[in-house]
Amino acid sequence: MENIISLSHVTKKFEVGDGYFTALNDVSLTFKSGEFAGFVGPSGSGKTTLLNIIGSLDSPTDGKAIVMGKDIAKLSHKASANLRNLHIGFIFQVFNLLPVYTVFENVEFALLLQDVPKETRKKEVMEALEWVGLEKMAHKRPDKLSGGEGQRVAIARAMVKKPKILLADEPTANLDSANAHAILKTMKNLNKELGTTFLFSTHDEKVMTYLDRTVSLKDGKVVSDVWDNQSIQS
Amino acid sequence: MKLAFILAYKNLIGAGLRTWLNVGILAFTFILILFYNGLLDGWNQQAKLASIEWEYGYGELRAANYDPYDPFSIQDGHQSYKPEDFNMLTPILIRQASIYPHGRMLSISLKGIPHDQEQLKLPTTFLNPSQGEIPVIIGKRMAAAAKLKEGEEVLLRWRDKHGTFDALPVTIVKIFDSDVGSIDSGQMWIGLAQLQEMTGFKAEATYFVANKNYNHQERKGWSFIPQETLLEDINKLIASKKISGSIMYLLLLAIALLAIFDTQVLSVFRRQKEIGTYIAMGMTRLQVVGLFTVEGNMYSLLAMLLGAIVGIPMLSFLAVKGISFPEVTQGMGVTMAERIFPVFSLQLIAGTMLLLIISATIVSFLPAKKIANMNPVEALKGKLQ
Repeated sequence: MENIISLSHVTKKFEVGDGYFTALNDVSLTFKSGEFAGFVGPSGSGKTTLLNIIGSLDSPTDGKAIVMGKDIAKLSHKASANLRNLHIGFIFQVFNLLPVYTVFENVEFALLLQDVPKETRKKEVMEALEWVGLEKMAHKRPDKLSGGEGQRVAIARAMVKKPKILLADEPTANLDSANAHAILKTMKNLNKELGTTFLFSTHDEKVMTYLDRTVSLKDGKVVSDVWDNQSIQS
Repeated sequence: MKLAFILAYKNLIGAGLRTWLNVGILAFTFILILFYNGLLDGWNQQAKLASIEWEYGYGELRAANYDPYDPFSIQDGHQSYKPEDFNMLTPILIRQASIYPHGRMLSISLKGIPHDQEQLKLPTTFLNPSQGEIPVIIGKRMAAAAKLKEGEEVLLRWRDKHGTFDALPVTIVKIFDSDVGSIDSGQMWIGLAQLQEMTGFKAEATYFVANKNYNHQERKGWSFIPQETLLEDINKLIASKKISGSIMYLLLLAIALLAIFDTQVLSVFRRQKEIGTYIAMGMTRLQVVGLFTVEGNMYSLLAMLLGAIVGIPMLSFLAVKGISFPEVTQGMGVTMAERIFPVFSLQLIAGTMLLLIISATIVSFLPAKKIANMNPVEALKGKLQ
C-alpha cells in the first residue's frame, strides 16, 4: 500500500529568546492509508508539533514532510488550506466546537467549506451524527453537551467530510474513562469502515491499548515504533 | 462570500446583547442622519418654492444701479421702461419711506407692484384703488413689528422724484402670511400706479420679476439675474446647516464605529481558538479575515434593518405631518415655514446606507487583517497576545 504520509529527517526548531528549542529532531516515519497509529511520549516530546506538521498547520525547519503527495514546506497558504479542507480532519483536546452553532451546524460547517449542496449536506451530517450516536442532539448548542458528547460532535465534524487522514491531539484528555473508551471504539469503527488513517498524540494508556502502531517520542526524537506490540524501529 | 455571510450572521446573532447594543447605536445614527438631512432637504425645497412663488419668480431684471444688498442704491436704482417692451415681466418700484404707527416712526421700503399681477403670490388684488383711499398690504412680521392691524390707517411719508417730502394716510387692507421674510419685514406694498403717481416716477421700475415664459435678451441699463443665482443664498444656507449638523451625527457615527472596532479587536483576541479551528478545518486566512470583516459589516446591515423597522413608520409620519417650528424662527430673516415637511430622497437613503456600510467595513477590516499574519498553531492554543 502506498505511503499517505512520509516524513524524512524532519526537524522543527522554535525561537526561544536568543536561542532555539528543538521540538523535533531528525524524525523519519512513513504511514500507510488506513493506519490507526499514535505518537506517545511525555509533554514537550514533539507529539503535537508532529501532528501540526502533518496537518500542514506548521512546516518543518529541515527535512521533508510529504502528505498526500504534497510537500508541506512548499505549500502556499491557499494550497495547505485546500489540503486540510479536502483531506484532513482534526480533533482537539478541548473539542474546539464553535459555540454559537448547534451540533448540526458545527458538523455541517466542514461541508459548507466544500460547497456541498444543502440536501446532501443534511443527509451526510445526520449520517455522521449517527456514527457517534448524537442524531437526537442535532439542535443542541455545545454548551448543553457533556464532555463526551462534545468530543463525539468533534469526531463527527472531522469525519463528515470523509477525510483521508484524521489527526487527534489528546482526544481523551478531558474525558472520563467510560467516555474515553466509547470514543476510541467509535474511532476504531470509523477507521475500519471508512479506511481513514487515524493519527493520535497521547499519553493516555487507554488510547494506547487501541492503537495498531505506537510511535514513542522523547525530546523530539523517535525512540520506538511498535506495530501491534512488535517493535519495527527504534 | 455567501458562506461568510451565513457564518457572520450566525456569529452575530449568537453574540446576543453585545451585537444588539452595537446595532442599536448604529441604527439610531442611521435614523438621525436620515432625519436631519431629510429635514434640511425639506426645508430647502419648501424655502426654494416659497421664494420662487413669493419673491423671485423665474429671475429678476434689475436696474443697473440697483443692488438689493445696498439700501443706498434704492434712491437712484430705477429706470424708465416701456410696458409694451417688457412682456412676461412684473415691474416693482422701490422707494424709501417712513410710517408713523401709534406715534412712532418706522423706516420702511415702500414697494409698488401692479395690483393685477399674477406672477407672485402676494395678495395684490387688495391694492386695487377701489379697496380704500390708498390701500397697502404688509406681511405678518411687519404687522407685528409695527403693531398694525387690517383696516387700520397709518401715516405714510415719502419723497418724490425732486426730493420733496409728502405724506398721506394709507389703509392696511390686508396682512399676508408668507414664509419669505425678505418680502415682509420692514416693507409695505402699494399699487405700482399709485406709487409712480405719488413719487413722479412715471413708467419707472427698480426691478422686474420674470414670468416662467420670459426669454431674456440683453437690455441696456438692465441686468438679468437668473432664478438659480437668486436661490444660491438658500442653497448656501442649507449647505452650511448641513455641515454644522453633520458634526453632531458624525460624532455619533464615530462612537458607533468605535464600538464596532472595539468589539472586533476583542473578537479577534478572544476568538483565537475559533480562528485556529477555522484554519484547521480548511479556511484560508483571507477567508477568515473576510469572515470577520463581513461580521463587522453585518452590524451595519442589521442596523439598517432595525433602522428601517423603527425609522420607516416614524420618518413617514414626520414626512406627512411635518415638524412645526417655534414662531421665533420666523423673525430670523431666513425663509422657513412654520411647519417643515422632511423629504427623504432615494439619493439620501442610498447615500446614508453606503456611508454606514463603507465605514463599518473599514473599521471591521482593520482589526481583522491581523488574522492574516496569525500563526494557526499559536491561535489554536489561544496564546497570541
